[in-house]
Amino acid sequence: MNERLEVKKTYKLFIGGAFPRSESGRTYEAKGPDGAFIANSSLASRKDLRDAVVAARNAQIRWAGATAYNRGQILYRIAEMLEGRRAQFATEIAALDGISLQEAELEVHTAIDRWVWYAGWSDKLAAINGSTNPVAGPFYNFTIPEPMGVIGAIAPENQSLLGLVDAIAPIIVSGNTTVVLASTRAPLPAMTFAEVLATSDLPAGVCNILTGQKSELAPWFASHMDIDGLDISGVDESSRSDIKIAGVENLKRIHVFDGATTPQRIFAFMEAKTVWHPIGV
Amino acid sequence: MTTFEYAPALESRSIVTIKPEYGHFINGAFVDGVDHFATINPANEEILSRIALGNAEDIDRAVDAARVAYEATWSKMPGKERGKYLYRIARIMQERAREFAVLESLDNGKPIRESRDIDIPLAGAHFFYHAGWADKLDYAGLGHAPRPHGVAGQIIPWNFPLLMLAWKIAPALAAGNTVVLKPAETTPLTALLFAQVCQQAELPAGVVNIVTGDGRTGSALVDHPGVDKIAFTGSTDVGKAIARAIAPTKKKATLELGGKGANIVFDDAPIDETVEGIVNGIFFNQGHVCCAGSRLLLQENIAEEVLAKLKVRMAKIRVGDPLDKNTDLGAINSAAQLGKIRELATSGDSEGAQRWSPACSLPKNGFWFAPTIFTGVTQAHRIAREEIFGPVLSVLTFRTPAEAIEKANNTPYGLSAGVWSEKGSRILWATQQLKAGVIWANTFNKFDPASPFGGYKESGWGREGGRHGLTAYLKSAEAQQ
Repeated sequence: MNERLEVKKTYKLFIGGAFPRSESGRTYEAKGPDGAFIANSSLASRKDLRDAVVAARNAQIRWAGATAYNRGQILYRIAEMLEGRRAQFATEIAALDGISLQEAELEVHTAIDRWVWYAGWSDKLAAINGSTNPVAGPFYNFTIPEPMGVIGAIAPENQSLLGLVDAIAPIIVSGNTTVVLASTRAPLPAMTFAEVLATSDLPAGVCNILTGQKSELAPWFASHMDIDGLDISGVDESSRSDIKIAGVENLKRIHVFDGATTPQRIFAFMEAKTVWHPIGV
Repeated sequence: MTTFEYAPALESRSIVTIKPEYGHFINGAFVDGVDHFATINPANEEILSRIALGNAEDIDRAVDAARVAYEATWSKMPGKERGKYLYRIARIMQERAREFAVLESLDNGKPIRESRDIDIPLAGAHFFYHAGWADKLDYAGLGHAPRPHGVAGQIIPWNFPLLMLAWKIAPALAAGNTVVLKPAETTPLTALLFAQVCQQAELPAGVVNIVTGDGRTGSALVDHPGVDKIAFTGSTDVGKAIARAIAPTKKKATLELGGKGANIVFDDAPIDETVEGIVNGIFFNQGHVCCAGSRLLLQENIAEEVLAKLKVRMAKIRVGDPLDKNTDLGAINSAAQLGKIRELATSGDSEGAQRWSPACSLPKNGFWFAPTIFTGVTQAHRIAREEIFGPVLSVLTFRTPAEAIEKANNTPYGLSAGVWSEKGSRILWATQQLKAGVIWANTFNKFDPASPFGGYKESGWGREGGRHGLTAYLKSAEAQQ
């Protein structure tokens, strides 16, 4: 009796809710720690990045305009979909990282729980980081946090799923949209994550995921004039200074996070808006 | 009908004593400078004093003094004691308010009515407000026992000299930082008077250091390795240069930069109040205001009526001696700024907009520019895109609310905006759509220490004022740097 031949997955990009190949036609090999071939992964180009930014910009106003309750529900729905794919993520992570399934499962569980934690923040941000301000005059004055717009993220090399979740969740929970570059070394869980997004209720374009070379794409993230903020936690320390300088052209808000799970990570990509209105009859 | 003319009502300048020459304020004492430059009264070009031009060694000494004061004194002092120093400073500023006001108007050219009623009281209020924060930092939103950054290098502009000093120094000190502040080249005098206030308040030496000078002095401060935090208010170009300079370092930065604020008037706005708001939005402080309402967006069906009333109102603006209590519009701060305003206004003429100013006689000496509006302005005109920083208003029109928002947001800046309407839901809708850090609805150019101020996009990084502004001078206890 013949053993059944496995149907293998083609790993592509995730842009505007669709799964295109890189427009460049390029791929690179994702390998295990022993150098063994695991799969071909798309090698995204600058043009793919620009297409992804257009998709993110087109989706942003509507996503920010959704109620916080609605965003919270959609993000929680993503956690439900993640839960159903635990085994798939664990298999991919175990192969890429050369760790046991049990160890890989631990990262998957942490990632899902982390996602749920961030999802719950959607309708609490204004209470924590907003205020009414007692100004010395007959004015009603309040400050509310608002999403910045389109935020780029360079996900860390290690913890390919947890790092991705830590990059994406705090950006989109407030109403930003994002373009994320996944771990170059271990890109596969990111594309499986994209399949989760595609089968949840997240509007197309809110989260776009690229795979490719960090050294090639990170500078284009930094200089793109329609990206408002950038998480460069996944960029090597030696390259951060150049990235920051390239980002000055539109005074991009560029942050490196130390891994702490904190709402400050959400607020880093929000703007405070203050409104004054007179009080009188 | 009998009309009454205004008689001059001059504020006496006898309350201020200006020394012929000033040094820097470093480690609690005034020290002589090496080179000097003149600071003048822009209303008549009289030389007021000679000011030390800070060099790299001066910055070195000041940063060292700030570091020692930080390590030895200020960061170790309980918050409630720091707070009491700030309360002292606030009180002395209130006591010497008239002196500050006259000096500010002399050095800056702004009307005494504004320095007396706005700049100086608000500066004192900023110290009073932040004094109360000094022993309540656990409630700033950064968790238990947040820490200051260390030494803050602060560079401030010439448009609100003492007020910008207060915006910078008060939160820095409340949070436990020490500071080296560089006032603007053309307006150093109130900062030097503030140094005397620090002495009267017996503020420990080195907690506040003031080094006067120009752009080179500012660069030396930004580049100094002993500085942990930069706070800058000024042009977007200089702000970007600072951001590049500190990119390879661990320095934190707050940047308050340029703006091209849209002041949107819907057709249900109360016209007379709106006209007052338009005038306040662009002619307050000679238009030397980063958050000025410099682009007026009028709904098409009321544009004619609003413009007619605006012109009648503008004809009543009194331009002249800043020390005259009747003056509405004072002197342009410097010859260089006047040149920039003229150049941009000329571009408005040559690009096809229509210029209008009321008949008004300008003094012979000093730097003056009549209140001016341009109509027929399009989005492509330089006067609709570039910050003029003068009493020049660009008028555009719109038909639908969506068009108003699109035009308002069509700028790399995002500091301020105004909305005029009697309909609450429309105001809230518009404030939601506008990409700006401060939005005035049915008012304009209001400021308060409790109210966060700062911009989106290329108008800068961070906020000043309120709890949000305070956090710019703090880091959480767990933060690595």
